[in-house]
Amino acid sequence: MSERLAVRKTYKLFIGGAFPRSESGRSYVVSSSKGEFLANASKASRKDAREAVAAARKAFPGWSAATAYNRGQILYRVAEMLEGRRGQFVSELVDADGVGVRKAGELVDAAVDRLVWYAGWSDKIGAIRGSANPVAGPYFNLSSTEPTGVVAVVAPQEAPLLGLVSVIAPVIVTGNTCVVVASERAPLPSITLAEVLATSDLPGGVVNILTGSAAEVAPWLAGHMDVNAVDLTGADAELAVTCEEAAAENLKRVLRPPSVKADWLADPGTERMTAFLETKTVWHPIGT
Amino acid sequence: MVSLESFGLVGDAGAVSTTTAPLAEVAASNSTLRAFLHGLPGVDRVGADARAAMLGTRSIKTTAKKQAIDLAIRMVDLTTLEGADTPGKVKAMCAKAVHPDPTDSSVPSVAAVCVYPDLVATAVQALGSSGVKVASVATAFPSGRSSLEVKVADTVLAVAAGAAEIDMVIDRGAFLAGDYLTVFEQIAAVKAACGSAHLKVILETGELSTYDNVRRASWLAMIAGADFIKTSTGKVSPAATLPVTLVMLEAVRDYLRTAGRKVGVKPAGGIRTTKDAIKYLVLVNETAGPDWLDPDWFRLGASSLLNDLLMQRQKMATGRYAGPDYFTLD
Amino acid sequence: MFEYAPAPESRDIVDIKPSYGLFINGEWVEPLGEGRDKTINPASEEVLAEVAVAGEADVDRAVQAARKAFTVWSAMPGSERAKYIFRIARIIQERARELAVLESLDNGKPIREARDVDLPLVAAHFFYYAGWADKLSHAGFGPSPQPLGVAGQVIPWNFPLLMLAWKIAPALACGNTVVLKPAETTPLTALAFAEICRQADLPPGVVNIVTGAGETGAALVRHPDVDKVAFTGSTEVGRMIARSVAGSRKKVTLELGGKAANIVFEDAALDQAVEGIVNGIFFNQGHVCCAGSRLLVQESVAEELLDALKRRLSTLRLGDPLDKNTDIGAINSAAQLAKIRELSEAGEAEGAERWSPTCPIPDKGFWFPPTVFTGVAQSHRIAREEIFGPVLSVLTFRTPAEAVEKANNTPYGLSAGVWTEKGSLMLWMASRLRAGVVWSNTFNKFDPTSPFGGYKESGYGREGGRHGLEAYLAV
Repeated sequence: MSERLAVRKTYKLFIGGAFPRSESGRSYVVSSSKGEFLANASKASRKDAREAVAAARKAFPGWSAATAYNRGQILYRVAEMLEGRRGQFVSELVDADGVGVRKAGELVDAAVDRLVWYAGWSDKIGAIRGSANPVAGPYFNLSSTEPTGVVAVVAPQEAPLLGLVSVIAPVIVTGNTCVVVASERAPLPSITLAEVLATSDLPGGVVNILTGSAAEVAPWLAGHMDVNAVDLTGADAELAVTCEEAAAENLKRVLRPPSVKADWLADPGTERMTAFLETKTVWHPIGT
Repeated sequence: MVSLESFGLVGDAGAVSTTTAPLAEVAASNSTLRAFLHGLPGVDRVGADARAAMLGTRSIKTTAKKQAIDLAIRMVDLTTLEGADTPGKVKAMCAKAVHPDPTDSSVPSVAAVCVYPDLVATAVQALGSSGVKVASVATAFPSGRSSLEVKVADTVLAVAAGAAEIDMVIDRGAFLAGDYLTVFEQIAAVKAACGSAHLKVILETGELSTYDNVRRASWLAMIAGADFIKTSTGKVSPAATLPVTLVMLEAVRDYLRTAGRKVGVKPAGGIRTTKDAIKYLVLVNETAGPDWLDPDWFRLGASSLLNDLLMQRQKMATGRYAGPDYFTLD
Repeated sequence: MFEYAPAPESRDIVDIKPSYGLFINGEWVEPLGEGRDKTINPASEEVLAEVAVAGEADVDRAVQAARKAFTVWSAMPGSERAKYIFRIARIIQERARELAVLESLDNGKPIREARDVDLPLVAAHFFYYAGWADKLSHAGFGPSPQPLGVAGQVIPWNFPLLMLAWKIAPALACGNTVVLKPAETTPLTALAFAEICRQADLPPGVVNIVTGAGETGAALVRHPDVDKVAFTGSTEVGRMIARSVAGSRKKVTLELGGKAANIVFEDAALDQAVEGIVNGIFFNQGHVCCAGSRLLVQESVAEELLDALKRRLSTLRLGDPLDKNTDIGAINSAAQLAKIRELSEAGEAEGAERWSPTCPIPDKGFWFPPTVFTGVAQSHRIAREEIFGPVLSVLTFRTPAEAVEKANNTPYGLSAGVWTEKGSLMLWMASRLRAGVVWSNTFNKFDPTSPFGGYKESGYGREGGRHGLEAYLAV
């Protein structure tokens, strides 16, 4: 009796809540750390990037206007769903990174915990970063935080799940929407994460995930005039310079790659949230 | 419309119809009045204060200051409103009103003297044909807490005694209770009782408290027939302030545009120095406009101000600082 | 008619030297190159002084001095740094009148504004940040936030000394040292500030002032030993700076251009709205990055409001900046005047209706009358480009949603104004306007405790308040 033929999964892009193939029709082979064929992944083009930006822009008004409580609940829901697919992520990480099952389990758990951590920030970051300012006059003066807008994210290459979650969560928890270029080498967890996001009450377009070549796609995002910020965490030095220069055209906020290798298990701090927050100060007279 | 006859005491004042007054239709009922007054643009206190303060920084020097001082003197309603007022006191004040500085005949007379009704006759006699007018407070000044009959009678008697101008107080209680029609009817009745005398309506802005109320009361008074709107009795603090006067100047400016009738403004109380007086003139100049810079359209209700104006005037003429011993205390 | 006699502030109080060097390491030094520039009084075109033009080597000397001083300054207890900055604040207050006159002479702004707005805010800024110097561990940036190092700061000509204060006060409070380049048309108050640093016995090299134009600024920004770049100026130059620091570890804050909407609803307190519009666009001759240059007025009150605005503009007094009654001073430079003229002509050519009050223009100097364009469409250049002059573009809207849409329809996002007596509408608008500062029922208000800075192409980072510390700390 012959062995049952496995049904292989097709990995596509994640744009506007849907899973399209690349408009370019391109795909590339994803191999395990041992060099074995794992799957074909879509190789996103600049036009896919453009579609993703349009989707992210469309999602921005609703997502940024959602209550912080609601955004926190949705991020928590993502954590729940990720936990529910723990086994799948563990095996993908084992394949992709060649780590042992136990280590992979730790990384998945850390990703879940990271989401829970950020979920709790949704309705607190404003209190930490906002202020009532004691101006020298009869004015009520209040500074509050607002999301920057559409953020293009070059996800870390080396941490396909924990790193990915660690760059997406802080961007969206405050109300930004994003277009993420996933790890080129190990894109499969990103698409599985997309499946989690798609089933977690997260509105379509809040997170858009592109697989393929960061060097090819990221400069288009960095130069896109309807993108408000870029997170270059996963860009190599050369790509980072290219993107930062392109980002200058419309004065995008730029989060440069870390100067030392990132430790994704460490306390993330608030920097990844505050990098994509604007401070708005409102004045109003006080009088009868 | 308001039936003046119904108040009984207005027969002698003549039947002055308010139905032809501009905007008379808004006084058809309390609700139409309310709708109109609350439909006026609001006044932001901080913004109004800031504008008045900025105008207060205008630097009026040399020829402009000289011109301003003489104009301010001509705008003074020289006032005594004390329980202890006597004919002697009023006569002395009248002498000063006509010749503020007996040593300098180039000093103009003031616009008017302002006294209680029982001293009007004394003032009329003292001023004779000097051209200085006699103004009398009336209508149960300063509280205004009496019946309409008494207020009208108060007015009629003051006019009969020779007062050319009546400074009435509005019923602040009625205003604050939202009973605008009562306030309107009382002003209209007193206006009718004034006959040919000019009516200045005192809003007592210190009791109205908000600038929104000042604006509404200004319009209410103008619609009811006021010839002048006046800030204060001088018996309530705060009395005149620059921003309150600013709001009232905006009201007369806008009323002229809307209704085609020009109304004067009189800040009163607390204006003591030349510097203060000049700030008011700047306010008039840059708010209602230079057309109001005339004693017919702007007055300063004051007593001690006059001597400071005289001292500043002398300083400008002689180059020396003046001393109070050289100016009369009447 | 009540004509105000001339009331000029005396210029005897200022002592302008015929020529200035560079202020490096606490000393006046001559530039290494031959470069010299003249700064003029824009109200008379009279030359006020000759000023050094710092070349690359001069900038390098200044950065080295700042680097050396950083060792001393950053190691000094915060409480000691605070006292130096307090001392500077006090000297500024003591010399406020002199500095106001100097600012008015060099910039062209009315003495009333220099005296009542610029100088009080300058002193307040130093006072405010002085107090932070020994409290940084409480600022929410960790238990021991560290300074960045040497800050290269480039400031504009519209509020010369105030922009210097916005840059230098937080930098010093956080323990950084600075090299500051004032604008080439308005260097004099920065040079006077150098003297103040000496009066305050500030350690040499903590503050260095290098004069010059764009080349000098570029040399400062790209200097490899500069850790922090702070710039206020045009979006065009901001873009160049953002590009030039790519790939470096320099921290950057940019405060750039704007095209703010000043939105008046039908229920607004109209008299105060008129004042706010005037203050929004005619304050400082409209040379204000956050100027309310686009008036969006609800159609139902447009006519009434515009009548009132025109009447009010007829009372504006244009002329001698040193006259205490002047409301509108001189345009800062011939180049700026040419730009304002060019855009105004474009406005007419595109079909907008141009209006100015009758207003005598002095024979000498650079002047532009307060100007209002009505019938402006979103597509007109005067509705999109920053004019940086006393020119207001008026557009109308019908609903709050339309007002938001039009207000946000710009690459800029620095400021906005909202005029309504309805609280919920105000907050609804404030939350939807994509701008870093929203003035509601007021405009062009500034305070050292209040963060200032833009969204989108108006730049990034905040100046003022606790937020302003972040730009000068390694966080």
